[in-house]
Order: sequence, then C-alpha cells, then structure tokens
Amino acid sequence: MTLAEAIFLTVITASTPLLLAAIGELVVERSGVLNLGVEGMMIMGAASGVAVAIVTGSSVLGVVAAIGAGMAMAALFALLTLGLATNQVAAGLSLTIFGLGLSGVVGAPFVGMQRAGIAKIEVPFLSELPLIGPILFRQDPFVYGSVALVAGVAWFLWRTKAGLVLRACGENPVSAHALGYPVLRIRFAAVLFGGACAGLAGAYLSLVLTPFWTAGMTAGRGWIALAIVVFASWLPWRAMLGAYLFGGLIILQLHAQTAGVRVPSQLLAALPYLLTIVALTVIMALRRGGGQVAPQALGRPFVPDR
Amino acid sequence: MPLLAAEGLTRRFGALVANDSVDLTVMPGEIHALLGENGAGKSTLVKMLYGLLQPDAGIIRWKGDAVTLPTPKAARGLGIGMVFQHFSLFDALTVAENVALALDDARPLRAVSDELADISRAYGLPLEPRREVWRLSVGARQRIEIVRCLMQNPDLLILDEPTSVLTPQESEGLFATLRTLRAEGRAVLYISHKLEEVRGLCEAATILRQGRVVDRCDPRQQTAGSLARMMVGAHIAEVRRARAEARIGPVRLRVDHLSVPSEDPQGTALKDVTLEVGTGEILGIAGVAGNGQDELFAALSGEVRAPEAGNIVLEGTPIGWNGINARRRAAAAFVPEERLGHAAAPRLPLSENALMAGHAKGGFTRRGLIDRGRMLGWVDAVTHAFDVRKGPRDPEARALSGGNLQKFVVGREILGKPRLLVVAQPTWGVDAGAASLIRQALIDLAARGASVLVISQDLDELFEIADRMAVIFHGRLSPAYPAEDLTREAVGLLMGGEGFGPGREAA
Repeated sequence: MTLAEAIFLTVITASTPLLLAAIGELVVERSGVLNLGVEGMMIMGAASGVAVAIVTGSSVLGVVAAIGAGMAMAALFALLTLGLATNQVAAGLSLTIFGLGLSGVVGAPFVGMQRAGIAKIEVPFLSELPLIGPILFRQDPFVYGSVALVAGVAWFLWRTKAGLVLRACGENPVSAHALGYPVLRIRFAAVLFGGACAGLAGAYLSLVLTPFWTAGMTAGRGWIALAIVVFASWLPWRAMLGAYLFGGLIILQLHAQTAGVRVPSQLLAALPYLLTIVALTVIMALRRGGGQVAPQALGRPFVPDR
Repeated sequence: MPLLAAEGLTRRFGALVANDSVDLTVMPGEIHALLGENGAGKSTLVKMLYGLLQPDAGIIRWKGDAVTLPTPKAARGLGIGMVFQHFSLFDALTVAENVALALDDARPLRAVSDELADISRAYGLPLEPRREVWRLSVGARQRIEIVRCLMQNPDLLILDEPTSVLTPQESEGLFATLRTLRAEGRAVLYISHKLEEVRGLCEAATILRQGRVVDRCDPRQQTAGSLARMMVGAHIAEVRRARAEARIGPVRLRVDHLSVPSEDPQGTALKDVTLEVGTGEILGIAGVAGNGQDELFAALSGEVRAPEAGNIVLEGTPIGWNGINARRRAAAAFVPEERLGHAAAPRLPLSENALMAGHAKGGFTRRGLIDRGRMLGWVDAVTHAFDVRKGPRDPEARALSGGNLQKFVVGREILGKPRLLVVAQPTWGVDAGAASLIRQALIDLAARGASVLVISQDLDELFEIADRMAVIFHGRLSPAYPAEDLTREAVGLLMGGEGFGPGREAA
C-alpha cells in the first residue's frame, strides 16, 4: 500500500462518522428542529455499542444497540422540545452534557477491553483496480452505508412527497399545519432519524475506528457534524463533501503534529469552524438576490392551536 | 338542496364563546359573503368548516349528509378548498412544490406542473411553476393559493379577505375568476371587510356579530351603510372634516429628491421621492404593498438615514441624518404598519411599550429612574381617550386584540401632541368601529394644526381622510393631487404603474 493510499484510507475512516452524524442532523434541521445534542447522542451510541458487542459477542447487536441508544436520546430531546415546546438550544446542550456523563457510566465496566474491528467488504474485481480499488472498494460496511444514506436522503428530500412535506415543516410549520400535515409527528420522526444516525456514528467510533471504549471518545465530532450541516447549506451531497473535507483536516492535523510542523494544534482544531464561517459568507454573497439558505423555521418551537 | 349547511355550530375558547349556535347555508353556484367585524367569529367558523377546528356542538351537513371534518384533508376530500388571509405559502419552495403540498395524492411534480399550467390558463391566473415563491408579487402569491385550491376541483371555495392586498385592477381579475367558478356551479364563501365589493359580487350574505348570526340578506339589495350597520349593530360615526383650504398652512415636512437603496434584498429602493406636507394637512400615500412603502416609512422615521441631511426637512431643519429619537424630540411621531413586533413589543406590558416610544421626549423618568406611576397614568390616559378595551390595567401588548392594540399605538403617539405624524396602515385588519375612531383621531389631529402623512393600501380610507393623495410605485412617488380631483379609477391606474413610464408626465 502506498503512502497516498494509506492517507486516503484514514481520511475516509475519519470522515465516515462525521458524515453519518451530519446527514442525520441535516434531516432534523430540514424539518425545522435544531438538535445540538449530536455529541451526546453519538457518545451514547459509542458506549452502548461497545457494551452490547462485548457482552453478546456480536458486532451486529452492538450496532443495533448503538442506533437504539441514539434514538432513545433523540426521543428524550423530542419529548422536551416537541412535546413540551422548550427551547431547542438549551435542550440540545443539556442532551450533550447528559450523554457525555451517562456514557461514562455505561462504558465504565468496559474500559480497556479490546475487540477485533468489523471486517471490511471487498468488492470483487473493482477492489483490484490500481490506486482507487483499495480506497473505494475495500471498505467496511459503514462507509458504503454512509454513501447510500446520503443518496437516500437526497432522493427522499427532493424526489418524494414525504420529503417535500418534511422540508415544508422546516420552512413554515404554521402553513404545513394549516394544510393538515402533522408537523410535530413529522418532526418527531426526523429527530429520531437524526438520533439513529448519530448512534450509528458512535458505533463506528467504538467498533471500527478505535475498537474499544474510552470516556469522551467522540472528542467534539458531534460539533463538527453540526458545523458540516451549516457548511453544506443543508444540502446532502455538499454535506458529504464537507465531511470528507473536515475529516481530511483532522488527519492533516494528526500528521502535522507527528511531523512536528509548528502550527498550533488549536488553530487546526478550529479550522472546520472557520471554514464553515467562510463557506456561509461565500454562499450568502453569491445569493445576494435574497432567499434563505437555512430552513426558515429552524430552531423555532411550533405549538399547534387546538 | 344546500351544498353546505352548518347547524348550531358552537365553539368556545375558555370563557369566550367564539361561535354561538351559528347557522349558515351555502347553495351551489352561489357567492356567499360572510360579514362581521374583527373578532365576530368569522375565522373560527371557517376554520371549523375547513377541519382546522372542531366544533363543541352543532353539525355540518355537506350535500345533505351530516359530516365530521377532523382535518383539512377530510374537508378537501369532500370538495372544500380554502384560500387563507395570510398566505400559507412556503417562500423557499417553488410554485409547483407549493401546489403539490396542498394535494392529497402523491402525483409526481412534473404532472403537477403540467396541470397547474392548464388551470392557470383556464382561469386567467398566470403563474410560472418553477419560480420560488419569495420572488413573486403578492398578487401572484394569491394566485398560487387559488390555483392550489382549484387543483382539488372543489365544490366550495372559501376566501378569507382576498382583496386586501390587491390593486383595484387585480381585484377585478379575481372577481372575473370567481364569476367563472360560479358559472361552473361551484360555490364561494367570501369573507371581506369591503362592503362595496360584497355588494357587487355576492348574492347572499350572513352577518356575524360577537359570535352570533345577527342577520342574513341579499347584499345587492343593501347599501354599504346598511350592511355596515348590521355588522356593528349601531350607527358608525361618520368621519367629519372641515374644508381643507381653511386649515392648510405652510409646508412643515419637505422630502426633497430622496433616493434610498433598500437594505432588504427583496425590498424596493426609493427613487427620487419628493413630497410636501403642510400644517393641518393629511397627505395620503396609496400603492400596492411592496412598492416602497416600508422603505419610505423607514426613511421618514429615521430607522434608515437619508443620503443627504437636506433630503428630509422638518420645519426648516434638515433632519435626514437624524436618528429616531432626535426626530421624536423635534415633535415628530411614527406608527409603523406592524402592530406586534414593530409598533409594540408583544411580551412587554403597555406601560413599557409607552415608555419605549415616549422616552425620547421625556416625562417618564425621575432622576434617571423609570417613573412607573406616570407610565401607568399615561396608559390610563390613552385607554380612556381611545377606548382601548382590555382586561387588566396594564396587560402585555400581545394580549390585546388587533383593533385595540392599534388604538393604543396610535393613541400613544397622538396624545404626545406631535406636530408631524407619520402612520402606515392605520386601520389594517381593524374592525369598523375602531377604524372610524382612529380616522377621526387623525383628522382631529390635523385640524389642530399637525401635519399627518398616511401610508395606506386602503383607498376608501385615503379618500375619506386625505386632503391630497400621491401614489407610490416601484419606489417612485407620483405628484400629490387634491383628493377631490381624483377618482378611484385614476388612483388605481397609478397604483398599477400607469403614468410612471420614462419620459411621460404622471397622469
């Protein structure tokens, strides 16, 4: 394997959890809900995934448990923000803090236990291609899954009626309600989907990337996922681009450190957020004709009158 | 057999009975007017007919059969369509997507676009399916609403104040569409404040007052005055004014070749606006919404500064660069169009809202601290002078009904004895009683020598109170003409842009 191949492979593995979490949050935000608890849902997925995988010995059950844990956290968030119409920012932040703490409890018995990672799938023939073969066609199922998920979300949001309705809830919930759509139920489903994706991203961390548990192992990836959604201006394929760009930055940061490049690591760690600001500025400048980039009702609670 | 018959519909909100045993009968092929003041219960009634609210008692019959309408979808399934007063459109989505959202079947978007094009041609409602809504005019937005109802092939179309945002010419186009629908045997339930319109268009009317049906009539047999009396249950005070020449004195406010780019990318830039308002004069500015009214108001109030100080001159002093407070201290007062959120902070009590508008001129503080007693006294004074109806002495602004809040925000400024009052949409969405009180207050203010500039889309209002009128179109202002020399048709043409063309004198 050449050095370039090795770097590309690490970029892909570093980017996949970002992409999984970001694509879930993108759907959530398209429905008009801002869930800042991605980090908390993700780490609960990581802890539950590794715990169940070690206890049962099954990686598949571990992944299922991670998804379930993410969805349970999301359901808690939905109860607060949709059911009780509390402030979404506050609820999301507390979800992250709660998840970071609870995951430590769940993961405590499993600290230091190592498992084999999940096997990679080799696509016959294609994986034999020079250069791109090993990078694109010799990957773990999560990588394929994440790309399929992006394609699925893009198709769902722009090609199906249900996706149109979901976007409508994020633009103008009052009108969507007036047309007879169950805004809160749609948002609830979107939030659960976001939780499932975040849980899956967590499972990737603790079952594939570093196949063991350490407390706080998400290390801010949930926040980067949130930044990716904004960077991507709420478009799925752009989110994929953003995830790979930011994943690449993380790898660059690691290599720069080992190579002894004298760039403050804090600056490199801040780069994803700086890039997000630059991207937003550029997008707004290009859109000078007006029009909104963000879903118009993003973050605003909706209470149907009854 | 009636198409729709509501029998004894009752709906309560807490202690308030919004609809009290309301009966309504709509025949096929009929344009039926639903009349009533704000808060009379019209919205509650049509929301129940469209499945948005559930009645506490009573039944709805559709073509003779008792039906329940748990959701708007159920209503649409029967053949009931509704066009809302505040458009329920999605700005970031395209015309076709907006229409598709209102359809209950999952037709592919392309099929929706095709059918949309057919219907817009058949009923004279031009629309481009692929355009995003935020790029469209108000009239076009309303056409989307109507088209998306017609896609359901409804037997009954409910329209909530459809002409409040249209030019007279656009309204005529709408009436033509409605008459086509009637000729096809469809029924229309038409909610409007505009009595002349109802008389010209509708052949039946049900009048609501305080949640009850108080009368039914054939509006063609009535006068606007008799319809208004049925609505308010008492004689509306006729607005009185003295002859103009006797009162109007020298120029107090002069706007001189004012050009301001709009901060809002979807707004309208002001181009070379020139006007004068004399002492004791009411100048009316007509125009279709979105032609620069917001920008003109912002420039006059000081929310946006003029490029040159001399662009705006008040009593001989250039004030174009002055901020809002400086202008208020110079005895100017401002009432913006939006009551909640612009004229008043929704979640603050009235006293603090009074303070916000009045602090520049002083009188609400003592040694730098807020004088609550004086603030409350001010609220009481406004309440008394302008008949503001409210429960507690000092409620939050959002707790007041639209009409009462409007009386408060107008009253708050007028009681400050301004020498110049700039007011936008003084009676927008306000019931007839409150509207006549506010208009009289404006006339009385002018009669005491103040200069009043009224920006309004309501031509009846401007003809009633303005001494002179100008029209704003695409950010440019026509010359002002004495109101008695103008006809509605002439103003309507100006509102549509006739006479604004390059190289031509304004007609």
